[in-house]
Amino acid sequence: MAIKMKKKSTSTDMTAMCDVAFLLLTFFILTATAKVPEVMPVDTPASTVQTKLPEKDLATLTVGNGKVFFDVKGKDVRIRTLELMGNKYGVKFSEEDQNKFAIMESFGVPVQNLKQILDMSPSDRKSVQQPGIPKDSLDNQLAEWVQNARIANIELHDKELELAIKGDAKEEYPVIRKVMDILQDQKINSFSLVTGLRGKEK
Amino acid sequence: MAELNTGDSGGGKKGSKKVRSKKQNSKVDLTAMVDLAFLLITFFMLTTTLSKPQSMNLGLPDKDPDKDKNKDVKVDENRTMTILLGDNNKLVRYVGLLATPVAGGAPKDFEYGKDGIRKELLERKEKVLQYTGNKDKGMIVIIKPSKKSNYRNLVDILDEMAIVGVPTYAIVNDFTPEESKLINGGSTEAAAPVTTNP
Repeated sequence: MAIKMKKKSTSTDMTAMCDVAFLLLTFFILTATAKVPEVMPVDTPASTVQTKLPEKDLATLTVGNGKVFFDVKGKDVRIRTLELMGNKYGVKFSEEDQNKFAIMESFGVPVQNLKQILDMSPSDRKSVQQPGIPKDSLDNQLAEWVQNARIANIELHDKELELAIKGDAKEEYPVIRKVMDILQDQKINSFSLVTGLRGKEK
Repeated sequence: MAELNTGDSGGGKKGSKKVRSKKQNSKVDLTAMVDLAFLLITFFMLTTTLSKPQSMNLGLPDKDPDKDKNKDVKVDENRTMTILLGDNNKLVRYVGLLATPVAGGAPKDFEYGKDGIRKELLERKEKVLQYTGNKDKGMIVIIKPSKKSNYRNLVDILDEMAIVGVPTYAIVNDFTPEESKLINGGSTEAAAPVTTNP
């Protein structure tokens, strides 16, 4: 008997632990939303602010390496925005293009080259160097994108579009300022800065 | 996957060696599986909860090219602190006017973070409240990011504003030549181009 008792104590029963572990694992896998791969990964600076970004009615301007990428939430808004942009710049987008655009990640090409990007497969888009959306005063497409996305959002959701700037921590201030200026030129005086998480104690 | 062979499951009979070897076979070692499961759990937990983007709201004053030329807001210089952000995480602050700073408010370098500028901000905030004696008239902080400063500096200092609870702060892009000199550490390089409104 004594020998048997010893044997029992050496190996732990892992079954229950395994069950719990896999239950949790299933839960986390199911609740995890598929994250759209970022075309341009940026390292956002940390802050203690706890406010979360809204899930919809949001446009994100990603700023990194002096380039600006644009992204709007919501398929319907995206399609409408693309239509408006197509009309403005005289670029025709087929229905297929629109559907592709609706599920696309953020992009950073002039609208004239958008079609090429749309024709690529998602994995190819990442490997291509996108030059960023033109934002200088001669060809301020960024302002047009923001403007049209706002129009589209008001048309479809009857709500003002919120804007967020997602800047790389090492991005130099003048670029950020340029983006802010573009927003302010449209009388958008309130927007969000996307930051990472930092604990209370620094 | 229930474990079949706890010691007394077989009635505790003095099993022969044959039985024992059978027992060994029926038992699967779950350790590796549990390890893997927890590894994956950790991964999914981190990717779901921690990657949620945080955001910081920023309100900027109205920018109207016609109005802002002639609409200067006069504020008491005793209430203002100006923070200049430079390159390499340099930070200089002065209180009051640069030419005539208030007592203890001469331009000085500070570090970011808890023991640096936050301490100073908290102290100064108290002093301003004592000075005005009015809760509605708190400290005013003017943040001036130079061209060399980066986005992290800006977010850091805005974060300090939120932590300290500065009631009024503004981001100003105009540098006077003196301020440029101050933040560039006296070097003449790149001191001039920022000045638009001397």
